[in-house]
Parts: sequence; C-alpha cells; structure tokens
Amino acid sequence: MSSSKEKSKDQQPKSAFSRRSWLQGAGVSGSVLTTGLLAEDAQAQTVANVMSGEVEITLDINGKKRSVKVEPRVTLLDALRNRLDMTGAKRVCDRGTCGACTVIVGGKVMYGCSVLAVDVVGKPIQTIEGLAPEGQLHPISKAFVNHDAQQCGYCTPGFIMATKGFLDRNPNPTAEQIDKGLSGNLCRCGTYMGMKAAVLEAAKEIKNG
Amino acid sequence: MAEYKWPPMDKRRLMGKRIARLDGPMKSSGRAKYPSDMNRSDLLFGALLTSPHAHAKVKSIDLAAAKAIEGVTAIRVISGPGTEIQWAGTEVCAVSAVTEEIARDAVKAIKVDYEVLPHLVKEENLAKVGARAKAAGEQVTGDPDKAFTDAEAKTSGDYGIPVITHCCLEPHGSVVAWGADKIDFWPSTQAVSTVGGDLAKMLELPATQVHVDCQYMGGGFGAKFPADRWGAEAARLSKESGGRPVKMFLDRATELTIAGVRPSHFAKIKVAGKKDGTITGWQSESWATGGIGGGGMAPLPYVFTNIPNRRMNHTQVSLNTGPARAWRAPNHPQASFLTCSAITDFADTIGMDPLEVFLKNVAVSARPETYTKQLTKAAELIDWKKKYTHGLKKTGTLRRGLGIGIATWGGAGHASKCKLTIHPDGTVEVEIGSQDIGTATRTCITQVAAETLGLPMSAVKVKLGDNSYPPSGPSGGSTTIGGVSSSTRKAAVNALEKLFEKVAPSLGVAPDQLEADDSRVLAKGNPSKAMSWKQACQKIGPTPISEMGENEPRTAAREGLNTQGASGIQMAEVEVDIETGVVRIVEVVAVQDCGLVVNPKTAESQVAGAMIMSVCSALMEERITDQTTGRVLNADMEFYKLAGLPDVGKLTVHMDITPEHDARGIIGLGEPCAIGGIAAIANAAANALGVRVPMVPLTPERVLAALANRRNA
Repeated sequence: MSSSKEKSKDQQPKSAFSRRSWLQGAGVSGSVLTTGLLAEDAQAQTVANVMSGEVEITLDINGKKRSVKVEPRVTLLDALRNRLDMTGAKRVCDRGTCGACTVIVGGKVMYGCSVLAVDVVGKPIQTIEGLAPEGQLHPISKAFVNHDAQQCGYCTPGFIMATKGFLDRNPNPTAEQIDKGLSGNLCRCGTYMGMKAAVLEAAKEIKNG
Repeated sequence: MAEYKWPPMDKRRLMGKRIARLDGPMKSSGRAKYPSDMNRSDLLFGALLTSPHAHAKVKSIDLAAAKAIEGVTAIRVISGPGTEIQWAGTEVCAVSAVTEEIARDAVKAIKVDYEVLPHLVKEENLAKVGARAKAAGEQVTGDPDKAFTDAEAKTSGDYGIPVITHCCLEPHGSVVAWGADKIDFWPSTQAVSTVGGDLAKMLELPATQVHVDCQYMGGGFGAKFPADRWGAEAARLSKESGGRPVKMFLDRATELTIAGVRPSHFAKIKVAGKKDGTITGWQSESWATGGIGGGGMAPLPYVFTNIPNRRMNHTQVSLNTGPARAWRAPNHPQASFLTCSAITDFADTIGMDPLEVFLKNVAVSARPETYTKQLTKAAELIDWKKKYTHGLKKTGTLRRGLGIGIATWGGAGHASKCKLTIHPDGTVEVEIGSQDIGTATRTCITQVAAETLGLPMSAVKVKLGDNSYPPSGPSGGSTTIGGVSSSTRKAAVNALEKLFEKVAPSLGVAPDQLEADDSRVLAKGNPSKAMSWKQACQKIGPTPISEMGENEPRTAAREGLNTQGASGIQMAEVEVDIETGVVRIVEVVAVQDCGLVVNPKTAESQVAGAMIMSVCSALMEERITDQTTGRVLNADMEFYKLAGLPDVGKLTVHMDITPEHDARGIIGLGEPCAIGGIAAIANAAANALGVRVPMVPLTPERVLAALANRRNA
C-alpha cells in the first residue's frame, strides 16, 4: 500500500466522468436539482470538463487564491475542510438538507456539500473565515452572540453565512421573511428563538453601518 | 471552616445576570475547533464498512481488492467470520487512507459474505412481535379493580411515541494519534474526564496513556459518553499506520442508524375517577424497545405518582435495531406524553377543562404547591382561560386547541473537582475536566469564580475540555452546572482564604475579617482598609496560590450549593388544518424552575431549545424501519425531519426565579425542560380536533386517519 504522494505531480485530467457530465449525459434536466441555483449554473456552462485523478486547481477564497489538489468528485466542502483547513463550514447531512456547510459562491448562497470544488474555479468563494478579520466579529456574528443564537454552535457558521446571503438580498426583512429565508438551515439544539432576534438586530446594525 | 454558601440574591454581581456566552465569538466566527475540525499533519481518514443486514452471520471477508488500492494505509476487521450481527449498521471493517475518498473506495471494495438470519425491526403492533416480547412484571398498588368498578367515569386510550435518534449535528467520532508514549485523542464527547479511561480499557492500555482534548463539541444529548468501538478502531488504525493521526467520524446514515436512539413507548391506559375530576385509578399495559436489549418501563403514571389504585404491566420488545442511549431526560418525555394524554382524555370524557383536572390531581404529585403555581402561571402566559374551549374552535378548515404537559427531574450536581490558581501577577485560572456541550459551562464557571473573587469576568481564565485537569463528571442527567459551579465556588473560596492570610498582616486585619469585592481586598465594614487585587496578589510571593474545590454529591445538599428536584409545565397552542392534516405550532409556553439560575440568558436558550426539540418529536421526528430489508429508511436529514425556523411558532420561556427556588441552590436544567412539550402539543392537537391522534409524531397521515376513524365510528 503506497501513499498518493507518489502520484505524478503534473497528472493531467483523463477521460472519465464527473458528477456533472453524468447529469448532462443522462439527460437529467436542471429541475431535478432542488435548489435551482446549481441547475442554472449547470445549464449556463456549455461544456463540462471531463476529468479524473487528482488535479490541481486554484480557488478564489475570501479574496485569496488558494491552490489545492482534489479529485473531481471532491466537494467544495471537503476541499475546504480536509485540504485547506478551513473548517468553519461543517459537514452534517452531506446532501444539501441542513445548511451547516453554507458558503457564498459568486454572490449566491450555496451548500458546500452539493457543489464540486472543480466547478467553482474562477468564482469568488466567501466562507465564514472571510466574514471578518481575525479578532473581530461581523455584525451578524455579534448579533448571534448577543441573542445567544447558539448552543453547541456546530450549525452556527452555516446559519451566519445563510443570514449574510439573505440580508444581502433582503436588507429590511420581516420576521416572516427571516423564517422563510433561513429555512434551508437546521439546528438541533434549538436556537431559533435567539436567532430570529439576532437576524433582525444584524439587519439594523448593517444598515446603520 | 470555610463558608461556601452562595452570596444572597441581591448581593450578586455576576451570578443570576444575563451574560452572553463567552465562547460565542469563537463559535459564531467559525474559529472554534471541534474534534471533527482537527487537521493534523499527516492526517489519515477513516471509514467504516457496516452491515446492510439487521440480523446475519458473517461468513467470510475478502480484503484483497481494498488492500490493493493506492493510498490505503490500514484495514481492520471488526466483526470477523462467525460474528452474529444483531442490527443493520453494525461495524464490520474499518479502513484508513490518505484521503477520505480513497477510504470510502476501499470500504466499497471489501467483499463480505453474510448468512442472512430472520430479523424483527418493528414493535408498534405488540401482537406481531412474537417471542421478542418479554414480560417485565406487574406492579400493583391499592385495589385498582375496585377503583374501576366504583368509578363515576372511566376512559381507555391507546398512545404511542416512536423511537427517535439523537441526530447530533457533529457526528460521533474522533481524531486519534497513537504516539510512542501516549495516545492523543480528540473525541466529540460529553465526558472529558471519563472517555480517556474508556478508550484505554478498550485498547488494554493504562489510562494514563490517553490524553483527551475536546474544547468544543457539536451536540450530544446523551449519546456521546463512551469512546465507542469506532474510537478504538480509529486508534488501532493509527497504530497500524505508524502512528499517523486518523480522523474517523460516522457518516450521517451510520450516525442515524447506530449512534443511539431514544426508546419507543406504547401503552393502553385506563383512567378511573370522579366526575369532579379526581383520579382514583390507573391501569397501563405498556411496551417499549430500545433495540436488542428491549426497553424498560417509563415512570408511569408520571408525576401523578400517588394515584391511590394502580396497576402497571410492561413488556420489553427486543428488536434488531441500533441500541438505545440516554436521550435528554431518559424515559421522561415518553412518560409525560403517555400520562398527560390519558389525563387529558379523562378530562374530555367528563367534560372538564383539563387545566382544572391537572390542578385537582397535582395533589398526588411530589410537589403540589409548585405545580399549582406553575400551572397557573403557564395558563396566564398562554391566556388559557380566555382561549380554551371544550368544543371545536373553527375558522374554515382550521381548528385551534390547547394542551398541557408536565415534567419532573432530579438534577443534583455531579462529582466535580476544580483547581483554581491565583498567580502573583493577579491573574486567575480555573482548571476543570468538564466540557461545554452547549450548556454554557465555561460561562457559568467564569461567573461563579469571578463572583467569588470580586473580579470582573475578564480576569478569570477557565480551562476545560482536557482530562489532565481535575476530574469532573460527564454532562448527563442535568448534573453539570450544579456540579462545576459548586466545585468552582469551593476552590475559589479556598484560594481566597489563602490570599487573605497573605494580605491580612499588611492591612492589620484578621484574615477572616477580609472580603474581596470590586477588584479589591478590603476589611469587612471598613473600606478604608483596602488594597487593589493586584497589590494583594503581590503579597503571595513567588509560588501561586492553587486550591482545590470539590463537589461531593452526598454532602452537596447539606452545604446548600446544589440540590435536586426541578418541576416544569409546558402549554401549547396549535392550529390543525383538517383538510391537509398539517399541525402548526402557534405558541409554546414553558414555566420552569431549576433552583438558583446562574445565567438566565443561557438558561432560557436551553429551555427554548428543548421546547423546539419537543416540537420536532411531536410533529416530525421518527426513525422509520423497514421490516422487509431490516434497515432504517430515513437515515438522512431529508426524511429524518427536524424543525426549521418556520416550524416552531412563538416560544415563551418563563424561568421560575424566586427566593424560595433560589434558596435550594443550583438544580440541573437540561432534562426537565425537554419533557413536557410533546404532551402539550399532542394534547393541543387532540383539543383542536376533538379526537385523539394516538401516536406522535402528528404527521398529516396520522391526523387524517384519526379524523377518518372518528367519522367511521
């Protein structure tokens, strides 16, 4: 048994199939993909890169270029967590249900577990780590602390990124809009009471600059 | 003899105040490192091969193809040929590899041949479980037969609550590195001081060789005490891979299949009583499962324990499903649901408001006065008297109703040792082998230490999550805050006494005439004789003051720092659409005591969180097994449903903070608030519909079936 380190450094993508090429080849329409966001992207790109083996890609994360070696099947979430030591996004359901891995890609809120790392090359990726400089708190994070919108805290980074994406689109939300806007995320400890208040406060803070 | 008792309520600066949790910024900035976030250099990834069969014998295992995969560093057989597997998801092999993807490939490449054996994975219908039923005995008090013969009114109902899982968001698992002279173990755990010994035992190593580090953990709810087979296997994989650290966390399907469940509970319950609402008789025939070991009887009748005439029969059902683990208030949510449902149905039968029937019968509980006050308060908060109607409250196809659930819990502080050090430069640190599972343990310890030393929160550094600190009990049974607050208080008082001895000569006052307040040490009643905390600490000399404090459960109540016996009432208002069967939460109200409340802000969070867990359990949560395949059908988070933000309605939390409760010292909170909500919601739905939906969760299918049954009746 040998380590993958022995693999050729300049291994080129070989012919095989990726999750996307399978989707396209199988004639699966975008509507099958539940979020719609991924579906639009998949249709917008005319040709999918077909690749296999480890490839080196460069990701634009929080304004910095980061090189990383991944197999095409590696999700953005696993690339962040396992290869770049960016562990704010959590892996919980691993299939686009709970939102613990929420990141913002090209301005769109996305589940990091449901997008391949190789598919976000060239797009700006924002993670919780990039929300505020080390030692400082983003107003959303601050509001979550003030209103105790966290217990074990494992869902918290995902909720905060979902809130960021939500408030970017809805700077003056009503309580009802918050419920709907954040319904793509789940918390097990049950921190929703503080969360509703936190999102309202964060909206106010951000508006007042 | 040192005086440890809590300062009077009106003298507290920090305890009892709404203080934001101290590790909040770390968590909400994504910088908190959970065990599953631990990336070490040369890290390997572990993956498990689990049994697809609920009951089978392993015949042979072929590892050749898996071994041939480049990047695989070790493969271990956990359930070798001849092993009889008793539930689907049982660990068969474990693999480590340089990437997680390769580890999963290797798992897929292992070929296992099973001899499939007959299984049983469903217990809802007791008539169908055959030899898997085991009678667990009968308990009789008074003369139930006579009570039922003489009764002015009688009811009989069937009720059921299914198996649910813990569904911890951070799955079970650890990172572990088998070093030359010690094992570094980063588990997601509720038991920092005991999990290392547990691992050592499994590996047949001295306990001294395992170092545990768990600064944050992503939810346990009772399921994360042991080191677990997967923890031990990760350690062995590390050893076989030359000591490289191995990260192995369960995938979601495995987490939901084998990492612990709350047992089910079903019962046929008969209630006898008078037309004035007094309950005189109780008979229950119950059954439960928590996997292969069956399931014990929940404490029935719950809270109304002294109903004079009662007969309880229970049957344990052994299933080929993943085993039970403690689940927040073991057996109490089930008992509360069963009991409060039966009592509400009795109230309906005699045409009385269930609130009146509850109030009438708390006389047979252990704390009648507390429950009376709490029922009255909760009714006021939810506006029961104005809203409650015995008949149906209609708006088109929508029906609204109200319901009650009741709770009791022990919650005395666990054994805990704490070391508090005052350094000559005035800095203070607390070391304690406890854990913060979301309880705000760090925050509460800091409040207690800073309060005792007369310092601001920022002056105290609390270190926990490491088994090299003095041992403190696991976080289970609502024992943590009572335990760690008491040991911290005692350590701080002991350290302060030593400081006073050093300072007394300079101030010309006897040590026992000194106090610490507002970052100063001063003579009691003579503030002119004072020095700053920093100056005082300069008198310590070169060696820091370091003192222990211990909470010893046998003597704790006598000292008055913590005690047991929490009560709670929850009430719910729901709205049911009789066309779709969808139940919507309008409001849930909780009135909860837990003695002295160290931090009302985080305590309220904990209560609200438990109410939300009750919403999940009442409306959506159920582990669904398939008798044909023997597998869990909803081992994912799409179909194993949890409540989201739009599902929880309005939550009103009233912490019962009074001088009488405060005088009892600290009592645990985590469990008692997680008990009554399911009953409250189920009873509210029954009130709204005018018919009992016998089983939770109240899915549209069950609601519509109950309505159809009524029409057909």
